[in-house]
Amino acid sequence: MSETSASSTAITGAEIFVRSLQAEGVDLVFGYPGGAVLHIYDALYQQSEVSHVLVRHEQGAVHAAEGYAKSSDRPGVALVTSGPGATNAITGIADAYMDSVPLVVFTGQVPTSMIGNDAFQEVDTVGITRPCVKHNFLVKDVKDLATTIKKAFYIATTGRPGPVVVDIPKDVTADSCEFEYPESIHMRSYNPKVRGHTGQIRRAVELILSAKQPMIYTGGGVVLGRGSEALTEFTRKLGYPITNTLMGLGAYPASDDQFLGMLGMHGTYEANMAMHHADVLIAIGARFDDRVTGNIEKFCPHAKIVHVDVDPASISKNVKVDVPIVGEVEPVLRELIRALEENGGQPDADALKAWWDQIREWRGQDCLKYDRDSELIKPQYVVQKFWELTGGDAFVTSDVGQHQMWAAQFYGFDKPNRWINSGGLGTMGVGLPFAMGVQFAHPDATVGCITGEASIQMCMQELSTCYQYQLPLKILNLNNRYLGMVRQWQEFFYQGRYAMSYMDALPDFVKLAEAYGHVGMRIDKPADVEGALKEALAQKDRLVFLDFITDQSENVYPMIPAGAGQNEMILV
Amino acid sequence: MRHIISVLLENESGALSRVAGLFSARGYNIESLTVAPTDDPTLARMTIVTSGSEEIVEQITKQLNKLIDVIKLLDLTSYPHIEREMAMIKVSVDEPGDREEVKRLADIFRGRIIDVTRKTYVIEITGEGSKLDAFLEALEPFPVQEVVRSGVMGIARGDVALQI
Ligand SMILES: Cc1cc2nc3c(=O)[nH]c(=O)nc-3n(C[C@H](O)[C@H](O)[C@H](O)COP(=O)(O)OP(=O)(O)OC[C@H]3O[C@@H](n4cnc5c(N)ncnc54)[C@H](O)[C@@H]3O)c2cc1C
Ligand SMILES: Cc1ncc(C[n+]2csc(CCOP(=O)(O)OP(=O)(O)O)c2C)c(N)n1
Ligand SMILES: [Mg+2]
Repeated sequence: MSETSASSTAITGAEIFVRSLQAEGVDLVFGYPGGAVLHIYDALYQQSEVSHVLVRHEQGAVHAAEGYAKSSDRPGVALVTSGPGATNAITGIADAYMDSVPLVVFTGQVPTSMIGNDAFQEVDTVGITRPCVKHNFLVKDVKDLATTIKKAFYIATTGRPGPVVVDIPKDVTADSCEFEYPESIHMRSYNPKVRGHTGQIRRAVELILSAKQPMIYTGGGVVLGRGSEALTEFTRKLGYPITNTLMGLGAYPASDDQFLGMLGMHGTYEANMAMHHADVLIAIGARFDDRVTGNIEKFCPHAKIVHVDVDPASISKNVKVDVPIVGEVEPVLRELIRALEENGGQPDADALKAWWDQIREWRGQDCLKYDRDSELIKPQYVVQKFWELTGGDAFVTSDVGQHQMWAAQFYGFDKPNRWINSGGLGTMGVGLPFAMGVQFAHPDATVGCITGEASIQMCMQELSTCYQYQLPLKILNLNNRYLGMVRQWQEFFYQGRYAMSYMDALPDFVKLAEAYGHVGMRIDKPADVEGALKEALAQKDRLVFLDFITDQSENVYPMIPAGAGQNEMILV
Repeated sequence: MRHIISVLLENESGALSRVAGLFSARGYNIESLTVAPTDDPTLARMTIVTSGSEEIVEQITKQLNKLIDVIKLLDLTSYPHIEREMAMIKVSVDEPGDREEVKRLADIFRGRIIDVTRKTYVIEITGEGSKLDAFLEALEPFPVQEVVRSGVMGIARGDVALQI
């Protein structure tokens, strides 16, 4: 099956675990110990190549590993104990599954002889995680451990990335065998496609060049597949308008004139209108999610569609496409660029000019406008200032809610892997642990976490981890004293019956930050926003928690209500 | 439309539950599912009978292919193929005349009586599902105690073969 590296004398499963991680080049593991993984922790303790970050809750470990992976080119690794350790990790695993994050999660398990006996801290981890992993393994024999770890990393990081769980019973970590780490792996049942089909590439190019009202719609696949440079070259070459999904932001520079902003439920007017009127849609590494398409019946009614995706199951899943191309974005975009050159044809300049005139008119709507003279702090203003003061070059994580949408709309990302959020599962609580993972991957970078007073409390305990490892995060709490996104829906669709969307009895976040050893600041006047942000950014070695008391009634616009088409937006 | 999908997969514990889980999680129909190791003990072959629109069946095959344990699959419905199902039926035959009548029906359907007691027969019958249904219908007047059906197995005719 595979070539192997030099063997040695017998070592324990726990040592094999550590040596395998070293062989994979893993420098950091996020985790939390417990009975079933004590042998592993003991082996980790006795070496220094693989560091371990102690979180405060296993959910935090997995999210931190996600943040690490999403912001870097390496997979994230988490280690948790059996039973409650594994169940606490589930939310993170499901989150990684929905957003295709390359992750390897190791879970301890009760000894093989006790599996199935309702032993202490036993859960069927492989069973519980099955629907939310790319793949999982239960290692029943120490001889299989190294190969399984090799497979896990291979599966997690290739094709459409995703989380892989490796469940390791305690006796397997105590048993010994010779250690041989496979140098390469071949699996007869798993061979993800990389390059596109030549004939399809040619058909795609013909369709692309025939367009009068083209639109490029790209998603998280471009970020995951490191296709940003190729995408930029492709898009500039054609001169076509481009939009990114929430997960794809940064893959094309937001400051470029061809960029129309995000599309979808809270996308810009111009991006959604251009989608609706497009005659040729070029979809790249995006999965036609319902937050993007709105009502499927009304989606892109005039468009012929090219779709590039590494996962065949993403193609024609929600929307039937005309030219499917299965392959990785980067090589396929290179092939498309080459095929465009070989074809020699040019886009229809007159049609394109008329199309851009129309798009500029839509842009004139200025759909992201907000009241800049308000007495109250507008959340959009905070994000915009943060963008300005960080030169648009910070890593930004967010939680889930209105603040997430404002972060996406107002922090213009010019580079990929800078915007780290939870799109598919929409997991409140990810923001802080994501930011930890990002800071570990980029120790000297500015890492901001744009959050809400409700979301931040879901993984609040990680402030303690931040103190232990001296992570100088900048937390921007857009505190509207509401489950704002829920409140917005209740205002629009439930006649203002604000059932359980009010956050009563909030903690004093300044004191809370201080209690954890950090700097806390409370800002309640627009005039103080800039100064506070500057002060926070100047504190290079401290975590600063900025509690912005924002306008409670602010809503996210534009909005496509459920069931509506992309051209049926609620505007400010 | 009804589809018969043959799947070659790694013969590993858990592989079956991945397939079953996929069907329940995504709300796909499953009419029958049979699975057993092949001549190569590292491989299992599964036959799934499902139904749905073309789009849904396309998704089913894509999602099955996406499972890491699945090596290959074939939608038999796209090729000339043979499908067979086996049933074992226990029927009471202690009324006067029943023994002869049930035996006669079994013969007509090319069934075989594989167990006989003073009160019961067990009949083995193989064929397409519709034949089995027809036989069961013919047995309606008799007190059928138990019906065990294997679920459908299928294979393509001629040169088309699902192999690695
Ligand atoms: C409160 C809230 C509001 C939201 N509002 C919006 C909104 O207004 N607009 C919006 O866009 N989203 C919104 N979302 C996010 C939405 O739910 C989806 O997560 C998102 O739209 C999916 O993005 P995507 O299509 O880029 O797919 P992703 O989930 O990023 O999937 C990536 C796709 O690319 C493919 N892929 C991966 N790697 C490669 C590769 N190397 N080569 C080729 N293909 C590859 C994958 O197979 C997959 O099909 C919102 C989420 C929340 C929580
Ligand atoms: C774990 C989890 N529970 C519930 C939800 C549903 N939900 C989505 S947004 C939201 C409110 C978020 O409030 P806050 O963090 O204060 O952000 P805001 O919308 O006010 O900016 C809720 C409850 C969710 N996405 N995740
Ligand atoms: Mg809030």
